[in-house]
Amino acid sequence: MSIKIEHLNYVYSPGTAYEKQALKDICLEIPHGEFVGIIGHTGSGKSTLIQHLNGLIRATSGELYYNGENIYSENYNMKALRSQVGLVFQYPEHQLFEVDVLSDVCFGPKNQGLSKEECEKRAREALKLVGLKEKYYQSSPFELSGGQKRRAAIAGVLAMQPKVLILDEPTAGLDPKGRDDILDQIAYLHKKSDLTVILVSHSMEDIAKYADRIIVMNHGKVMYNDTPKKVFAHYKELEEVGLAAPQVTYIMHELKEKGIDVNVAATTVEEAADSIMEVLGHD
Amino acid sequence: MIRDITIGQYYPAKSVLHKLDPRVKLAATVLYLISLFLFKSISGYIVTTIFLVTIIRLSKVPFKYIMRGMKPIMMLLLITLLFNLFLTRDGDVLFHAWIFTITEGGLRNAVLMAIRLVYLITGSSLMTFTTTPNELTDGIESLLKPLNKIHVPVHEIAMMMSIALRFIPILLEETDKIMKAQIARGADLESGNILQKAKSMIPILVPLFVSAFRRANDLAMAMEARCYRGGEGRTKMNPLKYARRDYTAYVIVVLYVAAVVIIGRCVPLRIWIF
Amino acid sequence: MRKMVQTEDLIFEYAKRDEEGNVIGAYRAVDQVNLDVEEGQFIAILGHNGSGKSTLAKHINAILLPTEGTVWVSGKDTKEPEELWNVRQSAGMVFQNPDNQIIGTVVEEDVGFGPENLGVPTDDIWKRVEQSLKAVGMIEYRHHSPNKLSGGQKQRVAIAGVIAMRPKCIVLDEPTAMLDPNGRKEVLRTVEELRKQEKVTAILITHYMEEVIDADKVFVMDHGHVVMEGTPRDIFSQVDTLKEYRLDVPQVTILADELKKRGLDIPAGILRKEELVEAICRLK
Repeated sequence: MSIKIEHLNYVYSPGTAYEKQALKDICLEIPHGEFVGIIGHTGSGKSTLIQHLNGLIRATSGELYYNGENIYSENYNMKALRSQVGLVFQYPEHQLFEVDVLSDVCFGPKNQGLSKEECEKRAREALKLVGLKEKYYQSSPFELSGGQKRRAAIAGVLAMQPKVLILDEPTAGLDPKGRDDILDQIAYLHKKSDLTVILVSHSMEDIAKYADRIIVMNHGKVMYNDTPKKVFAHYKELEEVGLAAPQVTYIMHELKEKGIDVNVAATTVEEAADSIMEVLGHD
Repeated sequence: MIRDITIGQYYPAKSVLHKLDPRVKLAATVLYLISLFLFKSISGYIVTTIFLVTIIRLSKVPFKYIMRGMKPIMMLLLITLLFNLFLTRDGDVLFHAWIFTITEGGLRNAVLMAIRLVYLITGSSLMTFTTTPNELTDGIESLLKPLNKIHVPVHEIAMMMSIALRFIPILLEETDKIMKAQIARGADLESGNILQKAKSMIPILVPLFVSAFRRANDLAMAMEARCYRGGEGRTKMNPLKYARRDYTAYVIVVLYVAAVVIIGRCVPLRIWIF
Repeated sequence: MRKMVQTEDLIFEYAKRDEEGNVIGAYRAVDQVNLDVEEGQFIAILGHNGSGKSTLAKHINAILLPTEGTVWVSGKDTKEPEELWNVRQSAGMVFQNPDNQIIGTVVEEDVGFGPENLGVPTDDIWKRVEQSLKAVGMIEYRHHSPNKLSGGQKQRVAIAGVIAMRPKCIVLDEPTAMLDPNGRKEVLRTVEELRKQEKVTAILITHYMEEVIDADKVFVMDHGHVVMEGTPRDIFSQVDTLKEYRLDVPQVTILADELKKRGLDIPAGILRKEELVEAICRLK
């Protein structure tokens, strides 16, 4: 169950004054079960890229394969693709519309043509997965707090039981605790149910903590596509394109320059602390 | 896409037309629109064409940009054209096949009506191409000021118009986003009968309204925080003041209307059937 | 030092309503807050979503009036109806959503909106608009449509719109919450410039800890109360307490705290990476 992209190009409003090539010759492969982070500054093409993955945007040229099947071939079932590849947009709570939380989460499964009982069963499971308490199921989604609304909206996508979950900045506007809760929940889902996760984020610290692999987008192209350690080793190049590495990476590099032999590849607090202790801690 | 509609969108350029007082442009547009219906003969069309072409050149708005604005109304134009062409029975028959008959009068009506429509739209969109929405509302506010005496809230209406103009693109983009989000959740917006289609709009309209209300609430707060308290005691950043060129423009427009009426009615020029 | 903003036992309650709209109780969003801000200071108010920090901020601009207690802005009681516009003019406010606070369809028209409302003469408005746009570094965008700007640029325009009213104090209510990291830096740099050049008092409401490192004083709010108060260093040295209030500290501070817990001799409340590097080098 993998996603494979070959020489994909996308041009916005072709033939007009606003014509702009948003994606240039993208070649990528996302195997099943991976946790992939996508970073890039605003306008780098990352949002356009993820909307290709469930067929919301059709490439101008190039091919996209899901499980080996070309999604641009005739008679390809886009609706089936969309229930396999779930996409959570930025500020997903802006799409809530039903009278109560449970019915809103049922919207996706209902569109998949499932029975009412099955829809509700899945909705309840999804709501449990995002950690929303049962007492809120019957409340209006508009009465929830910001963080709860976000969870309900994510549950709305999870209830479709996708194999791949794409999240476009799921923590934007949340406070630190709300942010950690949501990301931990997603990481747990990834481990437990073998879900492929594609996370778009501006926070290098978050990406470094959770992702197996990082795709860096810049001006519509894939700039790097590697493990966090290898990508953040290019911290100088990242800065040139308006991005940065996690703070600890800088500290480790500075320590190394000062003659302390720490591991510069550390990208999380734990790794950095371990490495510093190893060098200094045994006095 | 909805966002590609350019009809009436301000085109920034430095031209005499851009500099004119919006009140002149509003009045001139109204006069021009009336003038289009004051003549029948082809000589009148020639005068209008010369006037319109001159104005387009003066506006520095590229011809292509104006034509692109026409696209959305092409359908309307075509329907008018066909109706006039086939439904008018007047004069010699030029063409006949099965139930379709084209008469001289039909062809004449169709062509002249199409030209008139195109001129009408070109003329009025030239005003919006060369006038920022704010100037436009300022102009309307100033022209309608006399209505204040009969308790019409002119300032508030103008303010509402300018806010609406600012938020239309934002709400269009939002609609696009919500539609995509619901499609991603498996919503089917295309198939089904009218009732089903209307029902499938609910997941889009509800969030859109919620968002519009939220924005309105935020905006009202931001306006109050910036000391907005209605039109009273308010000064203007761009107070409307007539310059010499505005008077000249008034004179030119009046001269044009006179010319159209006189030439269009008194100079009988005929080319073929027109 | 003159007082810019002062609150005394400020309480604000929202009415709780049932489905028919009858009042069934009250929710206390701000509870017994005493705040003291001097002219020219940079104050940060931290708190998680729903901690009452935005409600507090709206009192400084008299958008909300206290249920109990008093708020003075530049010595004026915000509850006095005749002082309302003076209060709003002296304490300008920048909001979270950049789209929902720009009124004009062209950048310079938007910046002129505040001065227009104040009845400033036309020539003066233009001078103010130009100065304000220069102060936030947006002068080259003066004829642009706000819709075509990035989030950070929009917020700078909103700040210019407030500056053009010549306030003594700017209240920024989570101005960076909806921006990307570059936009965030842009806005913070602008606020810093303004503090230095124009000597305005700045009150920044945020939940990003990195943004408050330079503040003169930090207040932490939780459930409507001020629960911590002090210099950034005082506050940041209490990593565990901050976590209890659903807040987070910069990665440097966490790393410093972690090393300290593992027995290294590192001072508490490290804010910048240079400080940590120096502290570690000293141990070598």
